[in-house]
Amino acid sequence: MEESRKTTFKTVALSLGAGILIGFANGFFGGGGGMICVPLLLLIGLSTKRAHATAMLVILPVSIASGIIYITKGFFDLNTMLYVLAGCIAGGIIGAVLLKKLNVLVTQYLFALVVIAAGIRIVFF
Amino acid sequence: MEWLWFILAGLAGGLLGGMGMGGGTLLIPILTLMLGISQHMAQSTNLIVFIPMCIIVLFIHIKNKLIDFKAFALTVIPAIGVAVGAGFLAADINEKNLKLYFGIFLLVVGASLLIAAIINSAGKSKKQKTLKNYKNI
Repeated sequence: MEESRKTTFKTVALSLGAGILIGFANGFFGGGGGMICVPLLLLIGLSTKRAHATAMLVILPVSIASGIIYITKGFFDLNTMLYVLAGCIAGGIIGAVLLKKLNVLVTQYLFALVVIAAGIRIVFF
Repeated sequence: MEWLWFILAGLAGGLLGGMGMGGGTLLIPILTLMLGISQHMAQSTNLIVFIPMCIIVLFIHIKNKLIDFKAFALTVIPAIGVAVGAGFLAADINEKNLKLYFGIFLLVVGASLLIAAIINSAGKSKKQKTLKNYKNI
């Protein structure tokens, strides 16, 4: 069903601001744009499902643009990418199936802790 | 046997991506910390691997009419512009610094995720309490 949302100054400003943050994360860090996009779309008033779906569509052209820059700068290794892609597709399917069976909250906590651990390892060691 | 590790790294990233969490946020540090890939190459790999995955998922979302095109249009235009600039900037930064900045980014993202999870669980227990009270009545 189509949601009716009013376009206000606030939603326009939030969308544009989100775009800037997403673009920076995606271009500079090569990822993480989606994690910024989803909560901001929720803030604008999209439902959780629509926020996730719309975030994917936003990230696609942004990743293509960033990807082209990385490739032209020489950061491209087809073999690595193909192997990672194969794993990713399998993982994506398993993840989507598991989502229905796992406790989402426990997974959220685990994921947050793993990300923090990786950050600590990089910054301090 | 190196290829097996790359498949496993992709599996871990895809697993989280499939659950709607940031797969790339995990894939990049796995590639750099565990498999010794350079920061730039790991970021590039994440960006490019994401593209076919995204197209497949989007087919389903568009079919289910889950896209908000207005929000998309407003967000995507500044995002592409900034991404191109930031991409050039990242390419010119040396490996060590980029990795450090990425680590800081992970700490910020991880902390926000943790706070979000805590808020979520607080909301949940409140709901359960209300439900219990309701049952008592």
